[in-house]
Amino acid sequence: MYRILAREDLAPNIHLFKVEAPGVAQKAQPGQFVIIRSDEKGERIPLTIADWDKGEGSVTIVFMEVGATTRKLALLDAGDSILNFVGPLGRPTEIEKFGTVVCVAGGFAIATIVPIARAMKQVGNKVIAIMGFRTKDLVFWEERLGSVSHELIVTTDDGSYKRKGLVTEPLKELLQESKVDRVIAIGPTVMMKFSSLTTKPFGVKTIVSLNPIMVDGTGMCGCCRVSVGGETKFVCVDGPDFDGHDVDWDLLVNRQRSYLDEEKKAIELWETRKVKVVENG
Amino acid sequence: MAEKKKINLNRVPIPKQEPAVRRRNFNEVALGYTEEQAIEEANRCIECKKAGCKDGCPVDVDIPEFVKAVCDHDMPEAVRILKSKNSLPGICGRVCPQETQCEMTCNLAKKGAPVAIGRLERYVADWERAHPEVIERQKERIKFGGKKIAVVGSGPAGLTCAADLAKLGHEVTILEALHVAGGVLMYGIPEFRLPKAIVQAEVDYVKSLGVEIEFDQVIGKIAIVDELLKNGYDAVFLAPGAGAPMFLNIPGENLSGIYSANEFLTRTNLMKAYLFPDYDTPIKVGQKVAVFGGGNVAMDASRCALRLGAEEVYIIYRRSKVEMPARAEERENAEEEGVSFKLLTNPKRFIGDEQGKVKAVECYEMELGEPDESGRRRPIRKPGTEHIIDIDLAIIALGTKPNPIIPSTTKGLELTRWGTIRTDEATGRTSRDRVWCGGDMATGAATVISAMGAGKRAAADIDAYLRG
Repeated sequence: MYRILAREDLAPNIHLFKVEAPGVAQKAQPGQFVIIRSDEKGERIPLTIADWDKGEGSVTIVFMEVGATTRKLALLDAGDSILNFVGPLGRPTEIEKFGTVVCVAGGFAIATIVPIARAMKQVGNKVIAIMGFRTKDLVFWEERLGSVSHELIVTTDDGSYKRKGLVTEPLKELLQESKVDRVIAIGPTVMMKFSSLTTKPFGVKTIVSLNPIMVDGTGMCGCCRVSVGGETKFVCVDGPDFDGHDVDWDLLVNRQRSYLDEEKKAIELWETRKVKVVENG
Repeated sequence: MAEKKKINLNRVPIPKQEPAVRRRNFNEVALGYTEEQAIEEANRCIECKKAGCKDGCPVDVDIPEFVKAVCDHDMPEAVRILKSKNSLPGICGRVCPQETQCEMTCNLAKKGAPVAIGRLERYVADWERAHPEVIERQKERIKFGGKKIAVVGSGPAGLTCAADLAKLGHEVTILEALHVAGGVLMYGIPEFRLPKAIVQAEVDYVKSLGVEIEFDQVIGKIAIVDELLKNGYDAVFLAPGAGAPMFLNIPGENLSGIYSANEFLTRTNLMKAYLFPDYDTPIKVGQKVAVFGGGNVAMDASRCALRLGAEEVYIIYRRSKVEMPARAEERENAEEEGVSFKLLTNPKRFIGDEQGKVKAVECYEMELGEPDESGRRRPIRKPGTEHIIDIDLAIIALGTKPNPIIPSTTKGLELTRWGTIRTDEATGRTSRDRVWCGGDMATGAATVISAMGAGKRAAADIDAYLRG
């Protein structure tokens, strides 16, 4: 059992857990993930590591309520425990002095990009961060990402806060106006796809962190396979970072949508169960 | 010595669930002997002076002795004899290929009716589970010699090695990557062939010997082998299992609705997807399911697909029935349940619908040529025989290759050209000092019992090494 040391609600449906997992904390590096299972009947889902503290032995995860599992997780609070917490899995993000690095993040992936931006800055890169949200109410960690980058651009789709529009617009301007040596784009699949399409004409290497469905997370089942540069790769052991220009995005989206019907059914069932769980405290 | 017994060639059949019933449930297919049936079968043993059966057992079970104890109605003694060599008899009695081991070398096999040693082993193990007071009486005294051993993986090799080392007085910790112990016995072999309660009861026995099990420990990630050796372990036994699934490498293989057998079985068995939505992990239930491959795993996957509710399940295999590596018994079980075999057939490509879901597979007919390096006749494509089979789910059961996580993070560990860890068969030693290996990571995909044999030999060698 892994105890939740602290919980923070970053936005209405985006939550942060700081989890007691000393073994994982000792080894975590930017870009890696954990597999969690909330309870005996739970499924195994991957969540990116947002931060870690070796001294305290804690690992921070940030997740958005999407399916039944993340909704179930959202009912937990500090003092509760998560049944399984496996990691750190996947290869770490390649951190090197490239020159100018643009870190683009959408929605709850802001939490993932912070340790990457921090590490990129530490090794001497000029880090420009772009964070995008749908609307003002969902904005979080503006200051935190700002503190680990040299420049920060904030966008909202509806223009309710800072710059109106999608992250790809300021990204394109940066590529046009200055020399960019590397782009890291993390967020929803469509956002990563369009960020990659934006950078492609400029020939700037763009690293994306893929988020397919997984089961074991250790290379055993092949559920998370994707096609990169025409080759089949397992995201859990070969990734999660890949060159965004080589990813077969349509295939990834199709595979992510494999269980839409089952997910709908699970959510409906969970919403009826949840009422009981909440009533019974 | 008793007088020479009369030869009786009528093996006592094992009661089974009827095919029409069992094809739609996950309960165990074979129901096991009653006491009368077990004693009747045990009495068929002719107590040969030179017992062949024992030579066929990879873990050296004293077979004539335990069979004799069953004849004598002395079940506690039968349990004691079995367990002194085999810590997992309930598992072995169900999944060992006895027909190529002890029952093949039984002297009655020459007459076509070897003693049903596997069924008797199962009977004795199940008797013990039903009589827990015997376990208490037998509980080994644990005396630790101050030496600590890390066993990586809790499958058949790891459990056996851990149990033997604990019996020898060592302090053993199993580091398991998944959230339950048992490895392939839990995620791979289905409930209807090996009930998970049996696996857990035998895991509990191993724990009762003083073995600790830690879950969620992916060695190579949370700690590397060198760290285990540095941080207090005197020896490491690597038994992480077969690892990575192989695919066909044909177009369309990543369409949705196409599973590796590992994934399909893991979802079904380990994650209990057949109980979705009560359990959270979903699985696709196909109407027309194609399973590619001819081994036991292909049989398991096809029979799971039936039980999940598929209308039609095909086994697509490129050779003929005689070359199939699956146990005859499992193949027959699958046939009885209604799995259809499309033999001498090999896939060319998968075809998807507009949503990227698999809707058909195009196949070739094959014919058999000269024997290849495996000794089996090589399948050759027959030109102009392409045909389309409509399916909505595909499961690829072609075997596995070694998972690279441990080899790639352990310095100085020599590998074979197949990516397995180079291991001395007799001792389990690797090229690294204080590191042993066994099971599928050493041999490539093999059987539960051969992994257990490797665990046993490594335990003996580790013990000898630690005692200096």
